[in-house]
Amino acid sequence: MTELRYLAPATLDEAIGAFAKAGSAGRILAGGTDLLVQMRSGVLKPGVIVDIKKIPEMMGIEQTADGGFRIGAAVSGMALAEHDTFGKIWPGVLEAVNLIGSKQVQGRASAGGNLCNGSPAGDSVPAMVAAGAVVTVQGPNGRRDIKVEDVPAGPGRTNLKPGEILLSFTLPPRPSGSSDAYLRMIPRTEMDIAVVGVGVSLAMKDGTVTAARVGLGAVAPTVLLVEDAAKALIGSKLDDAALAKAAAACSAACRPIDDKRGTIAYRIRVAGVLLKRTAAIAAQRAQGK
Amino acid sequence: MAKVHVTTSINGEPMEFLCEPNDTMLDALRGPLGLTGSKEGCASGDCGACSITLDDRLVCSCLMLAVESEGHEIGTIEGMANGEHLHPLQQKFLEMAALQCGICTSGMLVASAALLKKNPEPSEEEVRFWLAGNLCRCTGYDKIVRAVMETAQEMRAQ
Amino acid sequence: MNIVTNNKWIGQRTIRPDGMDKVTGRAQFAADTTMPGMIWGKVLRSPHPHARIKSIDTSKAEKLPGVKAVVTSKDIVDFPIANGAVMLGIQDMRWMCRNVMARDKALFPGHPIAAVAATTEAIAAEACKLIEVDYEVLPWSIEIDDAIKPDAPILHEFNKFDGKPSNIAGRLEHKKGDIAEGFKKADIVIERTFNTRPVHQGYIEPHACLISVAPDGKTTIWSSSQGQFMVRAMTAHLTGIPQSDIRAIPAEIGGGFGGKTIVYLEPLATLLAKKSGRPVKMVMTREEVMRATGPTSGSKSTVKIGATKDGKIVAAHGTFYLQAGAFPGSPIRGAAGCSFTPYDIPNLLSEGFDVCSNRSKVAAYRAPGAPIGAYAVECVMDEVASALKMDPLDFRLKNGAKEGTKAAHGPTFPRIGYLETVEAAKASAHYAAPLGDGHGKPRGRGVASGFWFNAGGESSAQVNITEDGNVVVTTGHPDIGGSRAGIANICAELLGIDYRRISVIIGDTQTVGFSNLTGGSRVLFASAMVVTQSAEKVIQTLRERAAKIWNIDPEAVKWEQGAAHPASPNAGQFPPLTLEELAEKAPAMGGPIGAGVQLNTQGADGGFGTHVCDVEIDTELGIARVIRYTAVQDVGRAIHPGYVEGQLQGGVAQGIGWALNEEYIYTKEGKVDNPGFLDYRMPVCSDLPMIDCIMVEVPNPKHPQGVKGVGEVPLVPVMAAVANAIYNALGLRFYSLPMSPPKVSAALDAGMKQAAE
Repeated sequence: MTELRYLAPATLDEAIGAFAKAGSAGRILAGGTDLLVQMRSGVLKPGVIVDIKKIPEMMGIEQTADGGFRIGAAVSGMALAEHDTFGKIWPGVLEAVNLIGSKQVQGRASAGGNLCNGSPAGDSVPAMVAAGAVVTVQGPNGRRDIKVEDVPAGPGRTNLKPGEILLSFTLPPRPSGSSDAYLRMIPRTEMDIAVVGVGVSLAMKDGTVTAARVGLGAVAPTVLLVEDAAKALIGSKLDDAALAKAAAACSAACRPIDDKRGTIAYRIRVAGVLLKRTAAIAAQRAQGK
Repeated sequence: MAKVHVTTSINGEPMEFLCEPNDTMLDALRGPLGLTGSKEGCASGDCGACSITLDDRLVCSCLMLAVESEGHEIGTIEGMANGEHLHPLQQKFLEMAALQCGICTSGMLVASAALLKKNPEPSEEEVRFWLAGNLCRCTGYDKIVRAVMETAQEMRAQ
Repeated sequence: MNIVTNNKWIGQRTIRPDGMDKVTGRAQFAADTTMPGMIWGKVLRSPHPHARIKSIDTSKAEKLPGVKAVVTSKDIVDFPIANGAVMLGIQDMRWMCRNVMARDKALFPGHPIAAVAATTEAIAAEACKLIEVDYEVLPWSIEIDDAIKPDAPILHEFNKFDGKPSNIAGRLEHKKGDIAEGFKKADIVIERTFNTRPVHQGYIEPHACLISVAPDGKTTIWSSSQGQFMVRAMTAHLTGIPQSDIRAIPAEIGGGFGGKTIVYLEPLATLLAKKSGRPVKMVMTREEVMRATGPTSGSKSTVKIGATKDGKIVAAHGTFYLQAGAFPGSPIRGAAGCSFTPYDIPNLLSEGFDVCSNRSKVAAYRAPGAPIGAYAVECVMDEVASALKMDPLDFRLKNGAKEGTKAAHGPTFPRIGYLETVEAAKASAHYAAPLGDGHGKPRGRGVASGFWFNAGGESSAQVNITEDGNVVVTTGHPDIGGSRAGIANICAELLGIDYRRISVIIGDTQTVGFSNLTGGSRVLFASAMVVTQSAEKVIQTLRERAAKIWNIDPEAVKWEQGAAHPASPNAGQFPPLTLEELAEKAPAMGGPIGAGVQLNTQGADGGFGTHVCDVEIDTELGIARVIRYTAVQDVGRAIHPGYVEGQLQGGVAQGIGWALNEEYIYTKEGKVDNPGFLDYRMPVCSDLPMIDCIMVEVPNPKHPQGVKGVGEVPLVPVMAAVANAIYNALGLRFYSLPMSPPKVSAALDAGMKQAAE
């Protein structure tokens, strides 16, 4: 009945070889918090599971030479939280990854899995988009980098080519006076899929926003990079008018659906509300408060 | 279709078992390993009744393949007491009526123990958010939260 | 009877007898055991909300290697509709036999069509897919309004209302006085219509059973249920196996709240076990629980209350339409009978309508029907109080039921504790406390009351003294709230020994006498009565034994603090004879010491509660959070305060979920869209505040320890308390549940004073 092969290769090359060979029957296993649920519900019936957790590149968190970070695709939220400095430099990304599911889920779930699962509501993605993360993927045809906002292709789909495995996220070096934040709207206080998720990364100097990126999740088939919202913030002192313009840009960018988690009208409204709140937190952090 | 042979360590004891490749750790615990203390409430990681530790990290056993336990250390409710000496949390749950039907209790205890190991002085809010992944339908959580906080206080005093 | 008030064990927070096993993972729930040779059963379920089953071909499934048996409705005993009702408690076996497996029609998505037993779960599931069913898909309706339309698709052709085939399967009414005349006297009349969605009891343990049928038909059932005698009886009725051939053993139960007062799997597993000759284990998935067991009714209620300007209610009219689901039997009794009961209303008409529709058959949920009706009544009460400019608790005090009040559902109340709950709520620290600063988020406070009938009913118990002088108490009801702890306290009190010397176990259908369901808030009430009488018989025996030893009259012996003593100096100077000593001497002194009692217990009184709720609202996002909650309840006598509080707190938590986030959501195709804990949103730990309890003790004079049932009342007032608090915060009334963020947000955006659905 179960024609399933479980492989746990120790090297990247082995993993790529096995995953490519498996073709459409292959699935990558990091934390498993999406894959196992989909297998149990019958949505997915993989023939080959390639567990990447024995591969050092997948599990490490390191600072790059220029002061950025490289996070392995399979690093769990808990492991990320235990890193000495990551959370101080990227509090928004950290809190986003650690809002996925429960503490139990955070013990396993990874930003890589969250991104590759392709849910428009995945919590880590808007924060990664706001952070300007770049993912490195590798497949049978070699290695390439993709901007994180270019990875999601639609609900449950990514722009990874067949056989490509996500290796790591690279976050750029952080100038002083910059920080980020992630907020989501959920009906309860935990355990829900985001109805709307907003990630904001800001750089500030003397109270003025010098750089900004805004990621917006759960309001379109993919997570959105809302450039108009960023433009409204850049050059401003985050006054009410600028925030209102950025909020309106987020609301305008929404292409949401009515579903069991929220209505179109509600999501459009909440996108604007959350933008303001998230930007305020990112600004506070950026200014060292 | 052959079963997979897994060698692991559970509650400090080396264990071996056979399982299907797609069996979860929860399936293996409750099936071939005969450790039914971990419960299945949803099989989708939403209720926490299956909570265990994997190398001291709190996880849902329903969200882990049994084969993944090879070479790792698994901690379950059955390993929480030390022979006839209950873990302070177990004792406090009994004293403070922090359980009714008991189906969530294994998971609650494993999760609470993991919290206190990581944070010996949690606030009420920290306890509540840590336990958000452990559903209870009987108690309204009040006595559970009180039991965890009192246990934390007592453990700190020792 | 005399109620002892100077207690050593009653009222103490002792350790529950089943606690050690539960904190160590040893406790055996239904899915935790195995039997040699055990195989697995799975159910094939209808994908359609409404379909005629034209044929079922199981031949391919039967041929799959590993399959040992297949069951269809042909194997289930039929209870023909035309033959009339066959009642088992409140369940009509005509509906039960069709609910456990569809006969000619599938009536909801998830309705069992067939079942398979095979050597593994995976093979059984695979085999189900090989069963070929020819369905004639029919139009369907789920919501009440759709089901009662003139052209609604009819579920049961035989069912007529007002002379026409209808989905309205029943009606009941309670009447008092003349409401037309009564409303004429009212200065204020408020009439509102309320809608609620179906909600699930939400027990964390899915239904499960393990059943073995020997070649001679002797059947052993191990399952989690709210009544092993109900399991035995239903299984016997539905399989044809004689009741006395069935032994139903109650496993520890992982939550029930009413949802496990009927069977789903046991008859199927029994037939599979019989056909295959192997023990069969069946465990529902969470999805099966949510789709195919019984959430409670969705509802549509209209409540009209009229009062004079000095605050006297003169008339009230309630019409409660409740979903029954696929078969008749929604809890209109609770809605119509309980909702107005906290009040002395001279003119009253309370009507309930039972509406069938293509969703799973309703099962009981904690005070069935009463929370639905109370939501409507208590919200209108709040509006009337507001219109009268009266404090809502004062309004209730002015109209509260008391001894001598004739209740809507018939009885004249004896001494009850309703007014005491209102007074205690009024005097509570919570009610006096300021709402506090929400830092931009408005806060509000609301109150509500509620009533539930409670019950007595059949119970059996045995109290046996062990050879080493301790006690084993065998009771007859599954313990879903801590009843074993209460029984241990009572027995300890009666025998005058440390509660730790008492083991309390739950017997199975072959080891204890008939005992009715665990439900209706009756377990402690009923089992305490029979345990008390058994213990009294044991004490009588102990006195006789001591009397024999001392050569005096048994009347001259008293039993105190675990020993026999001469009743007075006249009786003689003898050192006390302890329970251990008398147990040791028992074989020589006449034999084993023990007694059993079986009764249809009477004298249960209803329970009342009054709740105070504070909310805080993030108005930009429409999110309401409960920040403080106090539940006041007349509990009769808190035998074990920790577990009485536990009932209050658990009921409140369920009510908060029902008020704010829980609801069944359906797809356009009529299927449940949220059949799991991710999107069926029950409160998590971080959603709730501490839940304070004030236990008012007005002992029930008809019970040896003054016990009143406590388990169900706590859910009744909650949704209205939360809704009234939200009104106090926002000035917006919500006439439909749940008050989820998109709805609150939409209402705020619209700036309306009254929010409709």
